[in-house]
Amino acid sequence: MNARKTIFALLITALIGTAGVAQAAVKVGFTGVMSGGQALLGQDQYDGFMLAVELKGGKLGGQAITVLKEDDQLKPEVGSQIIKKLIDKDRVDVLVGLGFSNVLMASLKPIVDSGTVAIATNAGPSPIAGASCAANLFFVAWSNDGAPEAAGKLAQDKGLKKVYLMAPNYQAGKDQLASFKRYFKGEVVDEVYTQVGQTDYAAEIAQLQASKPDGVFVFYPGGMGVNFIKQMSQAGLMGKLPVYSSFTVDGTTLPTLKEAATGTIATAMWDAVLDNPENTKFVAAFEAKYKRTPSMYAAAGYDAAQLLDVAIHKMNGVTTDKKEFAKAVKAAAKDFKSVRGSFAFNHNNMPIQNYYAFQVVKDGSKVNTKQIGTPLASHPDAFHDKCPLK
Amino acid sequence: MFWNLFIPQLLNGLQLGVLLFLLAAGLTLVFGIMSFVNLAHGSLYMLGAYFAASAYAATDSFALAVIAAVGGCVVLGFVLEQVAIVRLYRRDHLDHVLATFGLVLFFNEIARVIWGPQPYSLPVPAMLDGAIDFMGISYPAYRFAILAVGLLVAAAATWLMQGTRLGMLIRAGSVNPEMVGALGVNIKMLNGLLFALGAGLAGLAGVMAAPILSVQVGMGDPVLITTLVVIVIGGIGSVSGAFYAALIVGVVDTIGRSFLPMLLRELFSRDVANAAGPALASMLVYILMAVVLAIRPQGLFPAGGR
Amino acid sequence: MQNTLHFQRFGFIIPALLLLGLAAVPFAANHIGEPFYVTFIARMMVYAIAATALNIALGFGGMVSLGHALFLGMGAYSVALPAFYDIDSGMVHLLVTLASCALLGFVTGAISLRTSGIAFIMITLAFAQMGYFVFVSLKNYGGDDGMVITQTSKFFGLDLGQPNVLYAVTLLVLLLSLWWTARLRVSPFGMVVRGAKQNARRTSAIGFSTRRYQLMAYVLSAMLTGVAGMLLANLNAFASPSTLSWVVSGDLIVMVVLGGMGTVAGPLLGAISFLGLEEFLKLFTEHWMAIFGPMIVVIAVLGKGGIAGLLAWCDQRSAKGNAQ
Repeated sequence: MNARKTIFALLITALIGTAGVAQAAVKVGFTGVMSGGQALLGQDQYDGFMLAVELKGGKLGGQAITVLKEDDQLKPEVGSQIIKKLIDKDRVDVLVGLGFSNVLMASLKPIVDSGTVAIATNAGPSPIAGASCAANLFFVAWSNDGAPEAAGKLAQDKGLKKVYLMAPNYQAGKDQLASFKRYFKGEVVDEVYTQVGQTDYAAEIAQLQASKPDGVFVFYPGGMGVNFIKQMSQAGLMGKLPVYSSFTVDGTTLPTLKEAATGTIATAMWDAVLDNPENTKFVAAFEAKYKRTPSMYAAAGYDAAQLLDVAIHKMNGVTTDKKEFAKAVKAAAKDFKSVRGSFAFNHNNMPIQNYYAFQVVKDGSKVNTKQIGTPLASHPDAFHDKCPLK
Repeated sequence: MFWNLFIPQLLNGLQLGVLLFLLAAGLTLVFGIMSFVNLAHGSLYMLGAYFAASAYAATDSFALAVIAAVGGCVVLGFVLEQVAIVRLYRRDHLDHVLATFGLVLFFNEIARVIWGPQPYSLPVPAMLDGAIDFMGISYPAYRFAILAVGLLVAAAATWLMQGTRLGMLIRAGSVNPEMVGALGVNIKMLNGLLFALGAGLAGLAGVMAAPILSVQVGMGDPVLITTLVVIVIGGIGSVSGAFYAALIVGVVDTIGRSFLPMLLRELFSRDVANAAGPALASMLVYILMAVVLAIRPQGLFPAGGR
Repeated sequence: MQNTLHFQRFGFIIPALLLLGLAAVPFAANHIGEPFYVTFIARMMVYAIAATALNIALGFGGMVSLGHALFLGMGAYSVALPAFYDIDSGMVHLLVTLASCALLGFVTGAISLRTSGIAFIMITLAFAQMGYFVFVSLKNYGGDDGMVITQTSKFFGLDLGQPNVLYAVTLLVLLLSLWWTARLRVSPFGMVVRGAKQNARRTSAIGFSTRRYQLMAYVLSAMLTGVAGMLLANLNAFASPSTLSWVVSGDLIVMVVLGGMGTVAGPLLGAISFLGLEEFLKLFTEHWMAIFGPMIVVIAVLGKGGIAGLLAWCDQRSAKGNAQ
């Protein structure tokens, strides 16, 4: 009964997963948040990844690939289960995506134990940058501290003296605010952690107003960012207070926010307006296919596929030796052209890259982002010293 | 400085309370008269917001969005009642919980299929955009509007309940449904109407909340729980109870979330306060409900008087 | 007088076959080289245990608890918290589980039972929500992210972190729970509890303090759910506040009702069907919830017999057939 079920399941999955591909040589397990308020982030990563695959004719490194897509629902328990299923049952050759930091942390043990090559396109938690680093786990998005550190440096450079900090209450939120403080030397008026998924920030915004800071830094990914910025704008604070943010005002939220986000400054490793040939090609292709502007999550997904393309090519299409495959992925960073400009892997597999600052400006009746600087260039993460990998 | 913070927080609490009232009014009536536990009420709120978002995207008119939300939910509520709910009146609460639980899961997924995973937005109507400054504080004009609309609905509800024949039937029905039916009133039509009315109010809450919060799948779930707490505290079947309880819950929740951590920080070390503060603040409303249930299980303002 | 276990063709044989099948799974899975199924089916059994536990309160006692996830989560954290401090003795984990769930069950049950009807449902929900917020706020113990369990429970040299060991223990606990529930159902204690569900006034008129019996049933139910939570923590090597969500409580109720409230095998049948159906639908579409939701509605509309009820109906039909 069990064997029949397996074959049945594999058949169905193969039918659904590979349209028109005769034989799957490399199996990719893609996980991310595909439902709920943050679903667009997972969808963007997937769409970015699949766009790269499509541009290469449905192949990576010359090999036909099957992509098994799974939804972690932003729940660590679910994420851990689907990772185990992809590793133990579907026997994927590589895991991509891996979801938010909290979901990744729950799945860490099965990933590391199995040695399967895993490429994160969303998270970058500090414990894995440091002591828990692993040779088979790679990060092509960012380390959680990069963007906030850039924001902190920018705030410091612009002469802000008293800043109010806010983030949701989970690992990434704490990482972000701690990183901001690493480069911002002024006074932190208050550090507020709100509930993950909270929708109404009226109480916190009133608190913010009463504390009279001269700047605000927030980290509110996805739907939380939309709510927060909208409510800040409704409270009349947008013109009065510089609002710095990471992962709050970006490609996924700006289409919804429109003018409400005018004036906000976001720091990130990528934006659609970055001027380099790879990026121009990527943005044009993404907009043509999906009818929306890509976000940095899509860029990370796209780059993951590009990276894999080079790595699988290096392995001549045979990815069964997990250790060698991991080494190939690491080496591939030197040879692939990222849409974000310069990119390299640090010894702990975290990216060494530029972090830019972008401001939202009104362009007639529309809003656009404008690059206003590069606070941190070729910046490694702050925790790599703790990682024993070479 | 304290008043600078307290007044806006109080207003926030009242505004939250008024939104909760819109949801609680329909829910408590349905429960009081038909004795039907409707967990899918939060989904009606969510769908109201989605109807509004779609209507706005198509027509650029906030007024039309409101009509779409309320009208759409009234129709949906009526259809739902006739198709599914009516079969469950004679059953016990467990079946109600089960069926509406299934509906919640269904609506969440259908919303994702129809509208997609990304959050939608409804901008604040132009004339309400901006803040009103008074007493040295500036408070969003739109939230004042929500307060005003909520109070208007409360007044209208009072007029309906106390001053019209329909209201009299509803009040009688919440005390003794069988008798009302025996007296020759078309209780089926009354029930359908009531359910649709409740759904319409939920839709109104949805369209009013949409400009503040992003419209997304599952936005009804946390609101539903708080609404259930409100009707239990207020007293099942009592609209006036729902009103007072909603305001109490809204204010306690908001003031608690903002001042409790501050208070704890005065008494304990910062680490303890930062850890315990948010937890206690979130639990405050439930503790309140548990206390009310322990002391006065029929609710603070039960239907039918003391 | 009737025996405690009638020999019913469908009502007994089907669950018995199911249990035999469950016993065979680890051997079959390892034989065909798909060890994934061991943990997959083990998870179903853990929820079956939790459903069986809920059945004691809900099925026998008629207490609609929308907050049983509280005890499931408490059991999970009873493993995670000691493990955080490097205590990996299974006996300690088990004692902490039983003690904490008994205490929590007693306190929440005593307060909740002062109410009835919708208020009871609400107050049990409220307690689970409170538990959820407490665990979310424990930043040192993972908070919203949850806790990874590095030291799983160890009993006499056996490590519950090993899938095959966990499977065997879970199956054993499941069998014991079913046997215990069967005995409980027709014991004097069980009779009073079931009588209180049917007609509380009459039962107390006979002289039983119904509330005390209901509280006892509630506490026993809480403790067994906690044990399921402990097994769940070992299965996932992870504990998180999301286990305490009201959706989990709702799922458990669906499992009990789907299987057949108040019966012995009902919760087992319900849990396996519920989770099995979920996985089956997932193979076809990522929007499986849009089909699953209405199915639950249909189950509610069709009545409380559940699968066990269906099997009993088959038995009745075949008995009638024989009689003629």
